[in-house]
Amino acid sequence: MKTIAVAIRYTLITTLILGIGYPLLVTALAQLGWRDKANGQLIVRHGRVIGSALIGQTISGDGYFHGRPSAAGNGYDATNSGGSNFGPANKTLIDRIEADVAAYQKRNPGKDVPIDLVTASGSGLDPDISPAAALYQAPRVAAARRLPQEAVVRLVESHIEPRQFGVLGEPRVNVLRLNLDLDALQVSR
Amino acid sequence: MTINGWLQFAIYCVVLVACMWPLGIYMANVFTGKVTFLRPVEKILYRACGIHGGEEMTWMEYAAAILLFSMVSLLLTYAIERLQFILPWNGQHFAGVAPLLAWNTAASFTTNTNWQAYAGEAVMSYFTQMAGLAYHNFLSASVGIAAAIALVRGIVRRESMTIGNFWVDTTQAWLYVLLPLCMVFALVLVSQGVVQNLHPYTAAQTLQHQTQIIAQGPVASQEAIKELGTNGGGFFNANSAHPFENPTPFSNFIEMFLIFLISGALTVTLGRMTGSPGHGWAVFACMAILFAAGFTAVYWAESQPNPALHGVDQRVSSLQSGGNMEGKETRFGVSQSALFATATTDASCGAVNSMHDSFMPLGGMTVLANIMLGEIVFGGVGSGLYGMLIYVVLSVFIAGLMVGRTPEYLGKKIDAYDVKMTMLYVLIFPLIILVFAAITVLMPAWGLSSLNNSGPHGLTEILYAYVSAAGNNGSAFAGLNANTPWFNTTTGFTMLIGRFLMMVPMLALAGNLARKKSVPPSPGTFPVHTPLFTILLTGVILIVGALTFFPVLSLGPILEHLLLQHGVLFS
Repeated sequence: MKTIAVAIRYTLITTLILGIGYPLLVTALAQLGWRDKANGQLIVRHGRVIGSALIGQTISGDGYFHGRPSAAGNGYDATNSGGSNFGPANKTLIDRIEADVAAYQKRNPGKDVPIDLVTASGSGLDPDISPAAALYQAPRVAAARRLPQEAVVRLVESHIEPRQFGVLGEPRVNVLRLNLDLDALQVSR
Repeated sequence: MTINGWLQFAIYCVVLVACMWPLGIYMANVFTGKVTFLRPVEKILYRACGIHGGEEMTWMEYAAAILLFSMVSLLLTYAIERLQFILPWNGQHFAGVAPLLAWNTAASFTTNTNWQAYAGEAVMSYFTQMAGLAYHNFLSASVGIAAAIALVRGIVRRESMTIGNFWVDTTQAWLYVLLPLCMVFALVLVSQGVVQNLHPYTAAQTLQHQTQIIAQGPVASQEAIKELGTNGGGFFNANSAHPFENPTPFSNFIEMFLIFLISGALTVTLGRMTGSPGHGWAVFACMAILFAAGFTAVYWAESQPNPALHGVDQRVSSLQSGGNMEGKETRFGVSQSALFATATTDASCGAVNSMHDSFMPLGGMTVLANIMLGEIVFGGVGSGLYGMLIYVVLSVFIAGLMVGRTPEYLGKKIDAYDVKMTMLYVLIFPLIILVFAAITVLMPAWGLSSLNNSGPHGLTEILYAYVSAAGNNGSAFAGLNANTPWFNTTTGFTMLIGRFLMMVPMLALAGNLARKKSVPPSPGTFPVHTPLFTILLTGVILIVGALTFFPVLSLGPILEHLLLQHGVLFS
């Protein structure tokens, strides 16, 4: 019986310290030291929050760079993150990829589609595509916007984020930032 | 596979060993009472809880304290989940969690499993995440460390009836080790972009004028202890694949580092406390060999092209990761996904930065096999060490049989009672997995209806669920819909059995070892600090694991691999 009384008191007191005190202290320090990052790196244009630099969003049309297919909700649902969880021999997955490949190849005949552009990410919110996937889309975007292809390729190249510290992870391109600069490029011409 | 991928693996190993060494020595000093700078805080806490810090416990008292504390804290978490609609920080106005799901989740976090049959951002309030779930991340990890230290004391002590004080060991684990490290690493993660706020979800109007609701929350504080305590329960459904939980390759590196840090350090603590540093390193070497083998297998498998795809560029190049990218994030690619998946399944962490369900058949099989070895390749904090020491006793026993001598382990003669407790520990694990998985595949309405993939992959989904629950891992082949009465009930019991029914025989072993006299080593003693011992230990682990699980693996991932090579798909 004595042990139960100790267990109850210990549970309540440690909940106050570790379950409430610790996260509130970290929140206070994070808000003091890294306000933008602690709040999700929101991007504001003309007084409206258009999204987060870390969260991908649904983009359609030939004139924008597309992100990866998303299995989060109905696509890039940031309250419902997740992957497709299809196994590699699942016919639904292979059919989905083949349909996406056919759509891309209609505008880029004969060229193999980079794998990340037709596979869903783990989070369904991947903000990035590979440099290969961005460069693959450059001719289509340039044609739709009547921009010289070299200008679009140069824009993509300026957005390639290399491996962190030269070694960690993979090189990547942030799709939302690229598209925002693409709009700016159009305006400035 | 790329040189850069292997370089990241090498850097990971070097940084890990460089940091676990001093931490292991520090922890040995903490648990032998040589580090005392927080003694005043301890004293206040003990007085408030009615704990007598100097009182020693027998193994039965120790086990009873663990069980009672776990029961009370499980009930509190259940209550918090059910009542979250009247508790603070519920900006999204979530209703109380449904009873079976709340029970499953409370059992899951109390047992350090963090199996999640829910999507955090759609079900749990900030208060529930902090006070209900992240709380257990600290305490279940502390309980694991305390239990491991108790076993080490059993090995070290001579003719003693007691193995320490549970409340003191647990408190010292979080006060001196977990909390200070989490404060630092939570802020490091924030600096990389992990969010930490109590705001309601943000409504954005996207580039193409759609509404996107962006979930927020106190994520970084939970993320640090989630990895450091090998808990693995994500704030968000996508876990460490979510950009708000794991935004950069460096945050990913930190998270992988935290997963192994304490379990690696505990091998140093073992060597230090037993006065045989070589033994600690021999145990570490066995873990390192199995880890390197697992990483190699997953990295190789995930770098392979899927033979069913055409018109797709799956090659590795300087412009893309290539390989199997379904379920993987661009910023991590195949290399960091393979390393994370290996670490999280070797340790009983269960956080994921890529979807294991979408791995190639042999990649998915390897992460499953990592858990099947019993979560001893570094393993969960504390539970990894005591699980490994069970195999050490088994190896010493087998070595003794081979030369026909009474086996000894660090001066203690191993008797029939010790071997019985060891075998009980070893056998409970496959027993619950295989029985529950077998029942489930026989039931179309309760089991098979939850599948996301058919054919051999479906068998693997069900098998993975029970292996993950019994191993207290918590990762999943997440296509399986586990939020059903059948799965919530059975995985809940599997987690409790996998934690406490295995911890009790281990503590009985600790108590029995502590009672014994120490005998000086003789020429016939099998040394436990040599490469020969490491090889024997590795062999025993692999043979036990393979004998138990090879048949079912051949029906699942191995069959799937062979069929996929011939272009067979399953709808």
